[in-house]
Amino acid sequence: MAELEARLEELRHLSGGGDIDVVEEVGRVQSRIDRQLRQTYAKLSAWQKVQVARHPERPHFGDYVGTLVEDWTPLAGDRLYGDDSAILGGLGRLRGRTIVIMGHEKGASTEMRVKHNFGMAHPEGYRKARRLMRMAERFRLPVITLVDTPGAFPGIGAEERGQAEAIARSIDTCLGVRTPLVSAIIGEGGSGGAIALAAGDAVLMLEHAVYSVISPEGCASILWRSADQAQLAAEALRLTAQDMQKLGVIDEIVPEPLGGAHREPKTAIEALGDALDGALSRLAHLDGAVLVARRREKYLQMGQKGLG
Amino acid sequence: MNWLSNLVRPKLRALVRKTDVPDNLWTNCPSCGQMLYHRDLEANLHVCSKCGHHLRLRAHKRIEMLFDEGRFETVATPEALVDPLRFRDRKRYGERLRDAQAATGMADAIVLAEGTIGGHIAVIAALDFEFMGGSMGVAVGNAFLAGARLAVRRRAPFIAISSSGGARMQEGILALMQLPRTVIAVQEVREAGLPYITVLADPTTGGVSASFAMLGDIAIAEPGAVIGFAGARVIEETIRQTLPDGFQRSEYLHEHGMLDLVVPRSELKPTLARLLRLLGESSGASSEGAARLAADP
Repeated sequence: MAELEARLEELRHLSGGGDIDVVEEVGRVQSRIDRQLRQTYAKLSAWQKVQVARHPERPHFGDYVGTLVEDWTPLAGDRLYGDDSAILGGLGRLRGRTIVIMGHEKGASTEMRVKHNFGMAHPEGYRKARRLMRMAERFRLPVITLVDTPGAFPGIGAEERGQAEAIARSIDTCLGVRTPLVSAIIGEGGSGGAIALAAGDAVLMLEHAVYSVISPEGCASILWRSADQAQLAAEALRLTAQDMQKLGVIDEIVPEPLGGAHREPKTAIEALGDALDGALSRLAHLDGAVLVARRREKYLQMGQKGLG
Repeated sequence: MNWLSNLVRPKLRALVRKTDVPDNLWTNCPSCGQMLYHRDLEANLHVCSKCGHHLRLRAHKRIEMLFDEGRFETVATPEALVDPLRFRDRKRYGERLRDAQAATGMADAIVLAEGTIGGHIAVIAALDFEFMGGSMGVAVGNAFLAGARLAVRRRAPFIAISSSGGARMQEGILALMQLPRTVIAVQEVREAGLPYITVLADPTTGGVSASFAMLGDIAIAEPGAVIGFAGARVIEETIRQTLPDGFQRSEYLHEHGMLDLVVPRSELKPTLARLLRLLGESSGASSEGAARLAADP
């Protein structure tokens, strides 16, 4: 793939002269690239999907908010202990509709990744999420959550301040808010740290995102006694969006541009914007109590259907 | 083929087997290494007489220990989809399940029971660590929901006893979905105005701690139990620091405000009976429910 792209670059450079042969050749190489990309991405293995979902240039929470949300107003803090930069949230407007939006932020550069703790939240992150969900409920605003985390942060302070309790209460709140809640798995859906924000009325998932009870590496080191077997674990865990849909865990797959969201972030972001807007529109007319009842029923039905 | 192999050999085997028995009569305390005689251990509720370490207990044993006169009704757990992902690691999950069922005599890692504690009717859901580390998959989630709903029907408090490493990896994302599902069970009990009491035993970690185990109206733990979200080894590898003394133990969590009580096993039943009495008065659970249980066994 890289070879073809290098050739394309070279030809494009040459085509500055306007030579017709070169223009034709550019077209040929481009279509070969597209074909190869389409073939490659149509049959990505689970492990390859994990790599794509973790791609550092994949659009993150901030990129989605920056493009999709007008009047973005970040809101900070859990009002109990601190503010967690691994989960961001705030108010804004999506396609004309006022919303509360929150999600994991992984950060785009090394410096930002450290600042956002690679999207691994402490209890404060989940408690901030709860606070914002409750606020949304009070003002009858729909909630959007974007999930992109390797998992909740495993650390001393996180445990001392009740990581498990914070996640459990956040799930509790997701399931209880009397306002529409739409979640989207945009990259990595890492275990408890992901479901803490993702127990919504509608759960969308990007085509190459992954969602799992444990990282393939963690699973491999326990069940295969070697993290080197992560590829096998990734396959066994059935963590792709396509598997999620078969299992009834997600409602909709949002297609990614050819070659993954990182190749054409703008297209990927707009596609998710459309899907979020669609999901919110379908929920907008429902009463709070009905929403809660339907949301719970949806989760109660899960696990009654396997992959066969 | 002859009398020697047919008669003598089995008798000899039986003799030899008898000498094996004494091994099972003694247990080493996993904490201090003290040799504990099985009768003493039994009488002491599987607590080391030397150091007070609370040994892990099978779910049935725990339930028996808590209900009046050790009498209770086990409640059938609902059927669940077996091996939904057709998961295979070095061994098939289906095979692991069958092995665990054969070894424990249980269908899955959870036991449901109803009975009375100090005269107050209660429904208990107890996880059994012996069954695949007490891990939570679809079957455990379904049973937990059934337990919560039984409690609601009986107008009885719901008691969850956890001893689990977390979600069952072999059920992948469906195991993770048991977090919201069991939280819904807790919500149903809460909305019925009934008490939900958790008893956290060693260990209570991962997806079990991050769902129903940490949502008790009242949270009790056994002494010295490991309770937390992430495993100690994962934390050490991530932060490259040694963990503080007593980290993720009941007493540590109590100190950090995550638990109401740390109660030794011998005090657990009277504590629960007292709580049921105190909470039953306002929730209308206790004696009325007991009468209903008698009428509708």
